[in-house]
Amino acid sequence: MADIETASPALESVDAAEPESTGPRRMVLNMGPQHPSTHGVLRLLLELDGETIVKAEPEIGYLHTGIEKEFEVKNYQQAVTLTDRIDYLAPLSNNLCYCLAVEKLLGLEIPPKAQWIRVLLTELTRLNSHLIWLGTHAIDIGAMSVFLYCFREREEILRIFEMFSGQRMMTSYFRIGGLALAPPRGWRQRVKGFIDVFPSRVDEYEDLLTKNRIWIGRTRGVGKMTLEDMLDLGITGPMLRAAGLKQDARKDQPYSSYDKFDFEIPTRVESDVYARYQVRIEEMRQSARIVTQALEGMPEGPHTADAPKVVLPEREKMKTQMEALIYHFKIVTEGFRVPEGEVYQAIESPRGELGYYVVSDGTSKPYRVHIHGPSFGNLQAVPHMVEGTLIADVIASLGSMDFVLGDTDR
Amino acid sequence: MEFIVISLVKAAIVAAVLMTTLAYLQWVERKVIAHIQLRMGPSRVGPHGLLQPLADVIKLITKEDLIPPHVNKFFYLLAPFLAVTMALLSISVIPFGSEVELFGYKTWMQMTDLNVGVLFVLAVSSMGVYGIALAGWASNNKYALLGGLRSSAQMISYELPMSLAIAAPLLLANTLSLREIVQSQGDHLFAWSIFKLPAPQLISFVIFLIAGFAETNRVPFDLPEAENELVAGFHTEYSSMKFAAFFMAEYANMVTVSCMTSILFLGGWQPLFPVSLGSNFVAPALFALGGSLCLYHGLHPARRKDRYTLPVFAAIFFGIALALLAPPVARVVMPLFWFAAKAGFLLFCFIWVRGTLPRFRYDQLMGFAWKFLFPVAVLNLLVTSLLVAVF
Repeated sequence: MADIETASPALESVDAAEPESTGPRRMVLNMGPQHPSTHGVLRLLLELDGETIVKAEPEIGYLHTGIEKEFEVKNYQQAVTLTDRIDYLAPLSNNLCYCLAVEKLLGLEIPPKAQWIRVLLTELTRLNSHLIWLGTHAIDIGAMSVFLYCFREREEILRIFEMFSGQRMMTSYFRIGGLALAPPRGWRQRVKGFIDVFPSRVDEYEDLLTKNRIWIGRTRGVGKMTLEDMLDLGITGPMLRAAGLKQDARKDQPYSSYDKFDFEIPTRVESDVYARYQVRIEEMRQSARIVTQALEGMPEGPHTADAPKVVLPEREKMKTQMEALIYHFKIVTEGFRVPEGEVYQAIESPRGELGYYVVSDGTSKPYRVHIHGPSFGNLQAVPHMVEGTLIADVIASLGSMDFVLGDTDR
Repeated sequence: MEFIVISLVKAAIVAAVLMTTLAYLQWVERKVIAHIQLRMGPSRVGPHGLLQPLADVIKLITKEDLIPPHVNKFFYLLAPFLAVTMALLSISVIPFGSEVELFGYKTWMQMTDLNVGVLFVLAVSSMGVYGIALAGWASNNKYALLGGLRSSAQMISYELPMSLAIAAPLLLANTLSLREIVQSQGDHLFAWSIFKLPAPQLISFVIFLIAGFAETNRVPFDLPEAENELVAGFHTEYSSMKFAAFFMAEYANMVTVSCMTSILFLGGWQPLFPVSLGSNFVAPALFALGGSLCLYHGLHPARRKDRYTLPVFAAIFFGIALALLAPPVARVVMPLFWFAAKAGFLLFCFIWVRGTLPRFRYDQLMGFAWKFLFPVAVLNLLVTSLLVAVF
């Protein structure tokens, strides 16, 4: 440390351009919005004393798309495509949450097969998102190879998504009233082939990291935050579970038949970066369990609800039945009317509690859609976690938050 | 006159070989890391991407030479020059092989044998830190400054355990000349100072290697250029050939550390086991094995082009294997082969570690140097001197 002090004249000469502040002179470091580790366009203003952070201020808004406003000019079914773009690492979770909210307003009953497919695909989405989190988190801390191993598995998940929906990322596969398309031929083998090897791949990542002394040194005791602070800031998801609170919307307020699946909610009490790492790794294993159960117990039946005014009719019926043609025309041109009212639906997205608040004024377009994105709450923890730590810890802490800027700036 | 000519020829050869090695080391690194990470690595420029280094050099030379307006020009330009000069300088005292007789001239495969060779390498390598520290300071960029600060602290701290680790085998060799250090070690594994009785230097070997990783700013000690924290660290503001100079300095330092490790601990050009037991056949056997592998994959090509390129490689390898069997060639090349094999293995370790480990944090790095490596190195030195004094 002595060497830092001998070099401090150089520090001051750079600092001279900064506005004068009272007390000892400090360096203000602008991290982002184009910094390799801010995962998108987050900007952090760090006030440094040597390498120690005195003050940290996150600044968001660089990815603001006005997407919430855009919901108001699209009809209900069209708006599904917008939800993909909010949290682009977990598109299906957003599809699901929005569909559930509107279906609640409509009072639709979703057939079991569609519900189980929804569970299966959202859990694959969780795996997808957690894999990206692990890869980027590891590469931030310097373990390069884990990133590419994670992307190997992610690639397979994206292929499965493509198989179902024709799209790798912007899936829009869940629609109000069920699924967009019938599940494709051969999907069972594809998913089974993936989910059978996946747990061994998680072992592989753990081999590289879990007991690695450097990894433990970089993550254990870093980015600590008390449970009370987290609750005050509205933090949800794996971060909260790593602080010891067993809160998971899948168990607390089950949706889409999650109550019929057998899985654990992993928790830790240390509330540091390492605990969050352990929680998410265990969540990957649990998600794999859910996918296996969904695959084995998949019920038969239709994939859309029996609601001709909402769900597009089958192609064959349109050619033979007059009503089907009329419904098709009405849905495509005008959309369907949703009864007046407002509803809040929360689900457990990979990042935490994702909520859609939908207000309807009785027309075919939403009056207002507000999204409670988990990343926004989680990001508020930045100053709490990093103040008083080193620059390297900022990177580790940011990685452990697993935020997506699309989800933060809406 | 004769001395000058021979020295110039040697310098030219060493420079040419070293530059090629540096360029291809980068190719090897990219290939090895790629295969660790389930990728292909460079594969477009030339067969198996073999011309990639050439393409990189052309690209870097032809890039615009950008000097940002806010830099301190003199030091900004001096820094890469300093870094690369100091990195290349230490190669001049490295002995690559034993004495050879070519065209009637007897000479050593070494540019010059200083009687204080070890000290020279240490001195020059510690000058290298100026390049990085100045680059960080002169860039007038906060990330670069932090990178420069980190590296000066890190390199100065790790020089201590490194020097102590060197001191122990020096006690055994009783000389500072690199050539004599190699000569003091024998021609089999247990006569190298790493395993040599009465004081096997396994511990100082490990300490030296760890400190070497830190000195060269490689993973897990690559804090000065930790791209996920400091963007590109001390060379954030450098582009084109000035960037290439830093890059070259890093690789040259890697080569120096690998060479020094093999000289100090692994017996330099000495073979793994004596010639009388047939160590001269190891190299031909290895090349023949490589040739057979190439031939096998050429007959079962993964890609269409492999059908033509791999048999050519196989032919080259078999040719080398045959040539190495000829006694006059073997006498000259065998020491070079053993030296290159040891240094090459260590270089592979550098790359291997980069593909595996995460990065230390700044304070942990310093703690590791001062609280762990330093005491262990001192202890090792004491034990070694005791053993040397008693036996």
